[in-house]
Amino acid sequence: MKTAMHRLYEPAAAPGRPRLPGRRFAHCAVWGLVALAMLLLPLCFPGGFAIALLSQMGIMIVFALSYNMLLGQCGMLSFGHAVYSGLGAFVAAHVLNRIGAGELWLPVSLLPLAGGLGGALFGVLFGYVTTRKSGTTFAMITLGIGEMVYSSSLMFPGFFGGEGGISTDRVVGNAVLGVTYGPGRQVYYLIAAWCLLSMIAMYAWTQTPLGRIANAVRDNPERTEFIGYDTQRVRYLVMILSAFFAGISGGLSAINFEIVTAENVGAVHSGGVLLATFIGGSGFFFGPVIGAVLYVLFAVALSSLTHAWLLYLGLFFVLMVMFVPGGVASLVMKQAPLAAERKLGRMLPSYAAALGAGLVLLAALILTVELTYKLQIDNDSGTIVALAGLGLDAASFKSWAGAAALWLAGALGWRAALGRVHRAWDEVQAEMTGGRT
Amino acid sequence: MEFFVISLLNGISYGLLLFLLSSGLTLIFSMMGVLNFAHASFYMLGAYFAYAIAARIGFWPALVLAPLLLVAVGALVERFGLRTVHKYGHVAELLFTFGLAYLIEEAVKLAWGLSTVPYHIPPELDGPLFHVFASPFPKYRAFMMLVSVSMLAAIYLVLTRTRIGLVIQAALTHPQMVEALGHNVQRVFMLVFAGGAALAGLAGVIGGNAFVTAPSMAASVGTIVFVVVVLGGMGSLGGAFIASLLIGLLQTFAVAIDASPADLLGAFGLHVTSATPLSSVWNLTLSQMAPVLPYLLMVAMLIVRPRGLMGTREG
Repeated sequence: MKTAMHRLYEPAAAPGRPRLPGRRFAHCAVWGLVALAMLLLPLCFPGGFAIALLSQMGIMIVFALSYNMLLGQCGMLSFGHAVYSGLGAFVAAHVLNRIGAGELWLPVSLLPLAGGLGGALFGVLFGYVTTRKSGTTFAMITLGIGEMVYSSSLMFPGFFGGEGGISTDRVVGNAVLGVTYGPGRQVYYLIAAWCLLSMIAMYAWTQTPLGRIANAVRDNPERTEFIGYDTQRVRYLVMILSAFFAGISGGLSAINFEIVTAENVGAVHSGGVLLATFIGGSGFFFGPVIGAVLYVLFAVALSSLTHAWLLYLGLFFVLMVMFVPGGVASLVMKQAPLAAERKLGRMLPSYAAALGAGLVLLAALILTVELTYKLQIDNDSGTIVALAGLGLDAASFKSWAGAAALWLAGALGWRAALGRVHRAWDEVQAEMTGGRT
Repeated sequence: MEFFVISLLNGISYGLLLFLLSSGLTLIFSMMGVLNFAHASFYMLGAYFAYAIAARIGFWPALVLAPLLLVAVGALVERFGLRTVHKYGHVAELLFTFGLAYLIEEAVKLAWGLSTVPYHIPPELDGPLFHVFASPFPKYRAFMMLVSVSMLAAIYLVLTRTRIGLVIQAALTHPQMVEALGHNVQRVFMLVFAGGAALAGLAGVIGGNAFVTAPSMAASVGTIVFVVVVLGGMGSLGGAFIASLLIGLLQTFAVAIDASPADLLGAFGLHVTSATPLSSVWNLTLSQMAPVLPYLLMVAMLIVRPRGLMGTREG
């Protein structure tokens, strides 16, 4: 198990490189670019749907990064991380309601902090039990704790609000500098600011001694014990910190949606963050960011187009686990040495071929799934499926034959393209190593 | 007394069903180190296959055919899925089965729709078997117990008395040695995985019509089965057996008992009012707490005895 973990989870950042001033400048430049992108994105996509999408991406990024503190940095696979973000969201919603009633004074801008503290509190509580074990047993216990919190949500209607959840109103108190958090755009900028802060804080954490020893616990717990660290204690501390950031994302979601229900602590949410983190790539710090963006695109944008979005997401996830265990980030990072040697251009034709074949396969899959879906579930309104401007009859033989033809063409094309990618890759690699030795 | 006997019988039949599920999971875990998240999905597939088969050629063929189909499904999953990700380690295997659970649930929704399907108890098993005072004990419950117990006896005999059972047992602890002796351990793994899937499928066939056959059935049973495995100790069949019965009895009894800690305190002359701190906790009745009890039990077990009832000590 240990040796296998090495391959899956490469260290998140190259350790021990000398801190040159140029490197620090590069860091500042990267964070500056991220901040600029966050600032400009809503100006490029000013629609209400786009703003809502961007807000959810920001929330998910914080959540996925906090999850990766466990999975990527400390090697703890949790199936119940939504517990901390969800309970943080409940705490934040209660605090917001108290503020609204005038019993408490806290600017709404600082509300995510309340969520974070709430999450950390439950992290202290549940983490004590869960982090006593590691590996597979830890995974199962987190699953059990998640289920316990979810099923107890109906038992404590005072805190969880029963079936309907807790609703709240983010427009409270006096406007500070004209900011009321009424319009979605103001909420987006609040989320973006917290997202950026949390990202920087979590990145900085990976550079601290605790972050480093967490990596050691992930890679070889036995050796870590020998050099005098208590692995259980390290796991516990990481869990509390991770729960804190998860709570921040919960607080942000309470502000964004103005309602928190038992679903927020549920297994679907916990599974979602695991999927997002893994798809993005848990081995790299920025992997979960990619994963969070992709996940929100799947969950929000795709779910408004098709009911079978979870099938597509699940299939994507399984294929990633089987063939690209490092996630999207590892695919990107594999290209970095090539780009540095200016050989990426050589790979592009074969990549384009693979992309083309992949698209044909995707079309085949979508056609099959949507036709099946129409026939089996959604057949009240006839059997016509509208896909890409075409009206296809799910009951006719022609549509199914088309799907079969697409499958065949896609599969053949994929095999040929994959061979091409491999050949080009080997050639380029041989040139690069050949040049040096 | 009447309540006690009926609850006891119901609890045992539910516990045996849980063991049918958790035995496959435990065998797969102790053999391959894979925690199969899709195990409850196999249970669901079993119920749906049985529903589809029973609608055409009747319940009795379904009882045999559905588990056989699951053998095929399990073998395919092992051969083309797990074996591919095996080289990436246990976490990848775990994640693969986790994703597979999503896929199976969505596929079931595609094939049979989003709502509950009418998978009924066959008419010859419908009705009460005997009465305990005034309460009836259904025939079907007895049938479930019969199937579970005979299946468990069969597994026990296969594992301890046959050649292939001995090879499986040896491969559990010393896979390399078994391989060196000329056995195909990969194929043994496939066999165990397929067998575990078939056991889960059989549980689905007999459990699906006793409870409910819907796309959500995998998620509702899945976590309970994991609790059973943790409680009993990872990889211990005996522990899983005790834990299954314990959880089965606990859930059956708890649902029916309408008492709260406040009532207990009341018996000692301490009365809980709305002014008492944490009054909402004191006033929870046992039946309200029933869904949480298995998880509470698991947490308590982990604090007191982290390796479970009969698990071996680790690290």
